[in-house]
Order: sequence, then structure tokens, then C-alpha cells
Amino acid sequence: MRLVVDLNRCQGYAQCAFLGPDVFRLHGEESLLYDPVVGAEKRDQVLAAAAACPVGAILVDGPGVREVDAVVG
Amino acid sequence: MSAERIDRVVIVGASLAGLRAAEALRDEGFTGRLTLIGDEPEPAYDRPPLSKQVLLGQVAADATALPLARDVDAQWRLGTAATGLDLDGRTVLLADGSKVPFDRLLIATGTRARPWANEAEAALEGVLTLRTSADAGRLAALLDAKPRRVLVVGAGFTGSEIASACRERGIDVTVAERGPAPLVGALGGVIGEAAARLQRAHGVDLRCGVTVTSLEGDEAGRLCRAHLSDGTVLEADVAVVALGAIRNTGWLEGSGLAAGPRGIAADAACRAFDHNGIATDDIFVAGDVARMPHALFGYQFLSLEHWGNAVEQARLAAHNMLCASRDRRPHLWIPAFWSSQFGVNIKSIGVPTMGDEVVVTQGALEDDRFVAVYGHRGRVIAAVSFDHGRWLDFYRCLIESAAPFPPEFAGVDRPPPGTVPVPACFPDPSVPSHGPTVTVSGYAPSERRITFTPAPA
Repeated sequence: MRLVVDLNRCQGYAQCAFLGPDVFRLHGEESLLYDPVVGAEKRDQVLAAAAACPVGAILVDGPGVREVDAVVG
Repeated sequence: MSAERIDRVVIVGASLAGLRAAEALRDEGFTGRLTLIGDEPEPAYDRPPLSKQVLLGQVAADATALPLARDVDAQWRLGTAATGLDLDGRTVLLADGSKVPFDRLLIATGTRARPWANEAEAALEGVLTLRTSADAGRLAALLDAKPRRVLVVGAGFTGSEIASACRERGIDVTVAERGPAPLVGALGGVIGEAAARLQRAHGVDLRCGVTVTSLEGDEAGRLCRAHLSDGTVLEADVAVVALGAIRNTGWLEGSGLAAGPRGIAADAACRAFDHNGIATDDIFVAGDVARMPHALFGYQFLSLEHWGNAVEQARLAAHNMLCASRDRRPHLWIPAFWSSQFGVNIKSIGVPTMGDEVVVTQGALEDDRFVAVYGHRGRVIAAVSFDHGRWLDFYRCLIESAAPFPPEFAGVDRPPPGTVPVPACFPDPSVPSHGPTVTVSGYAPSERRITFTPAPA
């Protein structure tokens, strides 16, 4: 599963670090570091964190998206 | 607006802006053929982690792929660079000789790292730049090998983040910066001093006002030492050249578009200008490679190498290339970016480089926790925070409403009375002139418009 955090929007509420501790961590008081690609076993953590983010800064793969559609040359 | 059918959209540049534009095109109802062309072989990946999580060894360099909010049903031509554009024939030429026709084209080719000027020195083992995931993988491997010392050439955001990662991993690092302080080009001398203190407090051997004159290799072609302009000779195994970026516009040479070293000029609807200065109706630009006027900042052409700018312009370009001319939206996104270094979250909103004065409005510079506000001819033009990011939305509203500078407001965390603005100390301050005032109104993208207040006669 792929994810990205819009860190312009992130305000360091750290809800993600509580709900997805294996994926999200605070670095210092306010900087968020996270794993952009995670295995299926962490999917629930990521979805819970994305749902709980007060500013909606966590974007994840939409349901059923393919990685790339068709690669040519 | 002609009733021309749009069946084929081509996006050149398959990174953040290209990807977000593809999503937005489908969201906007485009059902035709969509082709994305990218010179890098990997699917779109996120670059900010490359100088942070990846160098800290927390994330593999090839594991920063960007998510897709929806299927974009596109044909991807990855690992194939675009080499030319035929405006009359509406065709993109590719490095493999093929031609891709389009009805609408989005150019989002971004930038590349500025290489070390001396090619023989740049080829030494241990000398590299940081822009791509492959670069990050090489640098992370070099840091894993515990080098004796890393030399970072240039103390902009990338250079400073690299130095931060080195210190966090216990690696000795020297930063050589030509200017008087780190980040001085982006944030000015006052905040630059705070950044310099932060670096030194974390054990960076920071040397300002010097340049690296040459890099020296051993017999095996490995970097062994660097020579500085002050005569110093420095032993180092790794040198990271962090001297900014070059816009990828070379492939447009001779195309007739207004493309050059400063980017591709466009109007506020993302429509590229041709070299007559006339907006094209079928070529759009977005992201680092774009350069367009911003009503709120004196209609200056801004080129912004910001993550958020790529996202916003991509959506805007996608909307504007499909809609009727009356429904086009202007580029009114307020520039914003972040950096994470030495455990401090640095955030910026507005255009600090336009500031002629700066004042701390919350916290204190010496605590590495503050908000500093930049003023431009009596109005708030930007704000920069160190570990105070939560407040920036408030300052965005001040910028959008052209609030008076220095800002007057009551609140917590205020500096002592008598704190007054000081010169922002940009190395090359612009010479501003009296002009009209522009403010932004509206919340939804479709209703964000400007209010123009003419200058008093």
C-alpha cells in the first residue's frame, strides 16, 4: 500500500503516530516521518490514521487502483 | 471557446505533477486517451523523503512510490524522454524516435540537480547530487559505509537536510556555503542566522562565505579531499553537490514556446506562452518547470519548486484544459513548503523573498521555536515558522487579505513589547514600487477570485 502525507497541511496533531505507530513517527516536536510504502499487515493502521487525521493530510491508494496501467517502451 | 473535441491528452513528466494531473483529468470527466511520458523508469515516486527518511536509513530509496487516488487508465511511457515538440503538428517527439500526437499537452518535466561544473571531478567516486531515487540510494549506501567525513556543497534546504541526516547518524559533516548563512536565499539573513546556529548546535562544521574550488581524487578515482576558496584543504570521502536545480526545458528549444533556463512562462490559467508572449490554448504547464504570474504578489512570475505547487498547478491545468474558457480558474495558491532538519519542522507560507522587513511575532529566534512575518511595503507577504506550523493558516489569511505589516494582533506566545521589524537581509533584495492592492476571496476553488483595489491617485 502506498501513502503520502501532505506536510503543508499537517499540523503535527500526531493522531497518526498513535494509531499507526509502525508507519508514522514524530521526529522532534513537530516533524512527521513515515513509511511511504507499507505491507498489507499495516494497512489497517494506515487507514485508521488517515481517517483520524484532523486535517485530512494523509492520502492513500484509492480502492482497487493498479500500480500502473500499461507501460510501453 | 471552440467546440473542438478533446480525444487525446498527453502529459510529459510522470512525477508528482503529472500523476496528479492524470487523476484530475479523469475526475473532471475526461474519457479519451491519456498518455504519460517520463524519462525515469520508475512509476511516480515522492521526492521529499529522499533527503529525510531515506538518508536516515528508515526507508529504502526505491520505496517512496506515490499513491493513486483513483485508476487513471493511462498509457505510461516510462524511461523514455521527450526530445521535441511540434506545435503546428501537435506532436511530442520521443527519444526512441516515436511521435505522440495530442489535442491537449501538459508539460510537467520538472527540474534536475545542478551538476558539479567540473566534469572530471563530478565523475569521482563519492561525488554525487541528490534529486532522484537512484541518487538517494547511492547516497544512503555511502552513508551506510561510515565515511570519515561528508562534504555538503551548498546550504539550501536539500544541503541542510543532508547535513542533518549525517549528524543524526553520527557522521562528521562539513557544509560549505557561498552566502553568509544557510537558507539565506530562501529565508533571508535573519532566519539564516537561526538556521546557522541550529546547524552548529548539532555539530555541523558550517563554513559560510566560502566556495569549493576543486575536488581531488586518489589514484583509484575516489574522492579524497576538497579545496576551499579560503585555502583550506578538507579530507572527505563523500561530497554531495546541493547547488539547486536546473529546469528541464532543453527539449523545447526551437519549439516556439517561451521556455528557457527560468522555466516555461505561462498565464495564470497554466496556459504556456509561445515566444511571442501569446498564450497557447492547447499547451499547459505545471510544477517546478512552470513560471506564471500571481495576482497576490504583484503579478510577478513565480517559479516555485514546491511540492504543493506541483499538486495545485496540476489540478488547475487539468481543469482549465477541459473546461470552457469562461470557467477557467486562476492560479491563486499561496506558496507553501516545509523542511525537516535537525529535529525542527520549518514551514513557510507566502513569498519570503519579497519581504523587505521581518519581525518575530511568536516565540523567539534563540529558542528555535518561532513565527517570523515578512513585510513588503507595509503589508504581510510571508511567514516562516520553526516548530510553530500550526499557526501558519492564520498567517495565510493575513497574506490573502493584504493585512498591514507589522501585524497587530493579540495572542499567546507573543514576544516582548517593543519588538520591531528589522531588515530581512536577503542577499539581493528586489526594488519594490508603489502599486495597487490585490486580495483573495472565496473558499472553493471555483469561487476563488481576486479583489483589485487601485492605488490611490
